[in-house]
Amino acid sequence: MTEQQPEGVDVNAAAAIEDEAKKRERDGWSDLLATLAESRSKSDFALLYKHFAPRVKAYIIRFGMPPAAAEELTQESMLAVWRKAHMYTRGKASASTWIFTLARNLCIDRLRREKAVEYELPEEEVDPDQRHYGEQAILEDRMSKAFSQLPEAQAQVLYLSYYEGKSHSEISEQLGIPLGSVKSRMRLAFAKLKSYWGEQDQ
Amino acid sequence: MISHHFDDATLVARAAGAMSEGMSLLIDSHLHWCKECQERAWQAEQIGGQLLDQLTPAELLEDSLSSVLALLDEDAPVATFKPRVSGSDEVPEPLAQLIGGDLDALPWRGMGIGLQQYDLNLGGAGACRLLRIKPGVSVPHHTHKGNELTMILRGSYSDDIGRFCKGDVADLDDQVKHQPIVDTEHECICLIATDAPLQFTGIMGRLAQPFIGL
Repeated sequence: MTEQQPEGVDVNAAAAIEDEAKKRERDGWSDLLATLAESRSKSDFALLYKHFAPRVKAYIIRFGMPPAAAEELTQESMLAVWRKAHMYTRGKASASTWIFTLARNLCIDRLRREKAVEYELPEEEVDPDQRHYGEQAILEDRMSKAFSQLPEAQAQVLYLSYYEGKSHSEISEQLGIPLGSVKSRMRLAFAKLKSYWGEQDQ
Repeated sequence: MISHHFDDATLVARAAGAMSEGMSLLIDSHLHWCKECQERAWQAEQIGGQLLDQLTPAELLEDSLSSVLALLDEDAPVATFKPRVSGSDEVPEPLAQLIGGDLDALPWRGMGIGLQQYDLNLGGAGACRLLRIKPGVSVPHHTHKGNELTMILRGSYSDDIGRFCKGDVADLDDQVKHQPIVDTEHECICLIATDAPLQFTGIMGRLAQPFIGL
């Protein structure tokens, strides 16, 4: 991440700048993405690219795409990041989540070999209390801890689902367990991860 | 007032992109009307973002970034742009993209007494269709091999689980054997998406299965 040189530093602003630096460090990618629509800065985009494109490609390969197609879809996903940056809402999702969703949708479209119809979920009204604003950083720290604490059986169904795009039924066949067990493991994993959201409100 | 929602496991599978097209469409249609499920769907997508961060990065082609940078100034291709269709009181926007906003204008096909259907013909595993059921009519008793999602667009029905009204979803799997019946004097129209064929139980069901081809 590049450090932005603050203009006209004064003593009073120093603390604020320090806070800002911490915040940027904590959730810099989301900030960078949020400003992309306004700034149209190619160097900012290149930073995002270098960080996210290799991860998006890894995701797409796991989703069942051959490497050449995965590279093409990665480029397409990142191009979509540039073109749709104005649709990113800073308080609503982290950059990772938003980019994951874009890449996922492109994968699905490609796998179905047809243009999916474009529609968007209704724009959330901006919360007066900015409920999700700045939650991501705290959330994500907690969530990665939560992941490592999930029982293996629960982590496994999440991985098969998110990383390999396998449906409940496919997972049930692959693991040789009933459909109901796949779903209950998924529910338990989700509940555990959600309890990390819950701690927010304490 | 929506009172029946999706199972967490369903929202997780949608976030992961692991749902049939019809099921995704049905889920997105309900999300369009349901704040509560939107919140949980958002949480499930957060999990995806987290997992993306934890992946070991893959090697990109050497010219990967430069090829994309070269495209940044080009306008997005307009050819693929489809005008958005807005939804209506009975058809949520995601569904309206495919069938328009007027349920009565669809070419419904009869499937026997008091039952009509409109198949969205999405292809892939399972099925996605609208059912239009006359008052007092029940769908044959059936179980599911996989998952079955139902969303009510008009009227209401009751089954072994409860009463379902407009906007409600029933989220069922192979643990459930049920027989929905339309419980008012108004017809019921619902969207049904499955990821595996239904299995009808009982003599009537076996008779009906080849006939209605659900």
